[in-house]
Amino acid sequence: MGEAAARAAGPGHETMIELVEVNKWFGDFHVLKDINLTVRRGERVVVCGPSGSGKSTMIRCINRLESHQRGRILVDGIELTDNLKNIEAVRSEVGMVFQSFNLFPHLRVIDNLTLAPIWVRRMPKKEAEDLAMVYLERVRIPEQAYKYPGQLSGGQQQRVAIARALCMRPKIMLFDEPTSALDPEMIKEVLDVMVELAEEGMTMMVVTHEMGFAKTVAHKMVFMDAAEIVEEAPTHDFFAAPRSERTKLFLSQVLSH
Amino acid sequence: MPAAPSPAAALAERRARARAALPPPVERVGALRWMRDNLFSSLANTLLTLLTVAALALVVPPILMWAFVGSVWYPPDPEVCRAATGACWAVIVEKHRVMFFGLYPYAEHWRPFLAVILYVVAVALTCWRRCWSWQVLVPLWAASLAAIVVLMLGGIFGLTVIDTGQWGGVPLTMVVFTATVTLGLPLGVVLALGRRSEMPVIRLLSVLFIEFIRAVPLVTILFCAAVVFPLFLPPGWNVDKMVRVLIGMGIFYGCYFAEVIRGGLQAIPRGQYEAAASLGLSYWRTTRKIILPQALRIVIPGLMNHIISAFKNSTLVIIVGLFDLLNATGAAVADPLWIRYYTEGYLFVAAVYFVGAFALSKYSQQLERWLAEGRRY
Ligand SMILES: Nc1ncnc2c1ncn2[C@@H]1O[C@H](COP(=O)(O)OP(=O)(O)OP(=O)(O)O)[C@@H](O)[C@H]1O
Ligand SMILES: [Mg+2]
Repeated sequence: MGEAAARAAGPGHETMIELVEVNKWFGDFHVLKDINLTVRRGERVVVCGPSGSGKSTMIRCINRLESHQRGRILVDGIELTDNLKNIEAVRSEVGMVFQSFNLFPHLRVIDNLTLAPIWVRRMPKKEAEDLAMVYLERVRIPEQAYKYPGQLSGGQQQRVAIARALCMRPKIMLFDEPTSALDPEMIKEVLDVMVELAEEGMTMMVVTHEMGFAKTVAHKMVFMDAAEIVEEAPTHDFFAAPRSERTKLFLSQVLSH
Repeated sequence: MPAAPSPAAALAERRARARAALPPPVERVGALRWMRDNLFSSLANTLLTLLTVAALALVVPPILMWAFVGSVWYPPDPEVCRAATGACWAVIVEKHRVMFFGLYPYAEHWRPFLAVILYVVAVALTCWRRCWSWQVLVPLWAASLAAIVVLMLGGIFGLTVIDTGQWGGVPLTMVVFTATVTLGLPLGVVLALGRRSEMPVIRLLSVLFIEFIRAVPLVTILFCAAVVFPLFLPPGWNVDKMVRVLIGMGIFYGCYFAEVIRGGLQAIPRGQYEAAASLGLSYWRTTRKIILPQALRIVIPGLMNHIISAFKNSTLVIIVGLFDLLNATGAAVADPLWIRYYTEGYLFVAAVYFVGAFALSKYSQQLERWLAEGRRY
């Protein structure tokens, strides 16, 4: 992994994602408490924390798969409210990769990739297919284009999912534990693709327990516990000198194996 | 490979290739072995086998004798049948025109005959996978339906007008069945989506509609469509009785289809909706491209259940005085000269229905196989 190269392009000054005093409840359960977070253009943020701390919920609020109840979320200057136009505008700029891939099983790989460009971006079919092939090359599985997702390995499926999101040419990519459902030998092939993406300067927010990846790519670490952001720090400081006791405990657990 | 491989490596590679190319073991099972495994595997099984064979030996030969040996096909004369010991298939020879075309004027029977041929061709093409594109199917059905209506109804090209009340037999069964399915399926999809809608009003309306229609017998709905519905029309208005009945059938089956389809919708994991949403696809686009194709594939067996039932229940149009295949046959064999041979008449219709229903069932299996190609999950 080209650590130096990955870091070379520092984040810009423009704010891409801004969460201000965000609160959310599931029924009576307070799942996000006063979340404040800013992500700048080209910045790569890794979110970690124990299970159930609200990482997925927070990241899913950013493209409105979940709605927040208090506070403000702005993505590239667009505020997320009930306004459907805004939601659609944000979603077409934000790509998301899920833990369980969520490919469309009834469509071939190539059709998985071209669907949104054709129907959301109104791209001609031929052009969309060319674009799809470009991204399949990028994730190193062009030869799988005409197979169905069910015929691919987990690692290949996740790379297809990444390519599918990239076909919309998003400004921001969100990853929710992209490698947690994968066997160890497949984790690397997915992480390699993500590192490359980082090297190209993509704005990324990644929920993961892969601390090696975080150290290589992240500009900033966010540690969540019990619905709160407990610690937010530049990557080096975060690992070298965590401030909170909870962070230290968490790090000692995840780094021990 | 750039350099010549070492002998050991070459050998290993050859071995690997040979291993990979090993054919799967063939399992040959002889007839005797099969019988021992399946018919005589235990004492109870052996007894059961023997009993079944004995029962078949008792029942089958007389049936075959009746159907084939002592039976009469020709001439279509009740007196000849009376003298015969077997079945009187001559009743079919004599009455087939009425069975197939009902009250449709005798001299014009070539018209429904042509219509049925056209229909069968259109259906066959539709079932064929090569033709599955809107560019083929839409013109095909537009042309076939137009031609069928012109043939059956007449009124142009010098064809005499035949009122829908005089339609009957196979063409009527075909019209009723086709209309039921083509009205019912879209309605079923809409109702199923409505019942899962996030908008309370739409959800409530869908639930009420489905539950109400399902709670009422089909006969009642057809009766309402035929007799009660016209009372609510403004004076001077008139909707063809046949059309009303078709709509009644479509609505009834639409509600059954809806519940089957809803089962399929519920089987689609939430991740599919989320993936589609995260790509910016709208609700309708997601439904049309992601959800329905998967949901409908899952529910093919359940849908086919109701489609076959609709095929057979098309005969209930007798309620409003329309004579479909079954009822036309009933009327034909009610002829006092031939009434003794109604069994043969009904057996023949049963065979016709069986062919239709069996074809539907087989096709649905084929469809499932096609749609499952290239998948494993
Ligand atoms: N739709 C929901 N309804 C009710 N509670 C929910 C819902 N989704 C999540 N929760 C709860 O909210 C809490 C936070 O969930 P979340 O998925 O954000 O955690 P997480 O940090 O991503 O955990 P993990 O590492 O296990 O993925 C959990 O306690 C979870 O049970
Ligand atoms: Mg999670």
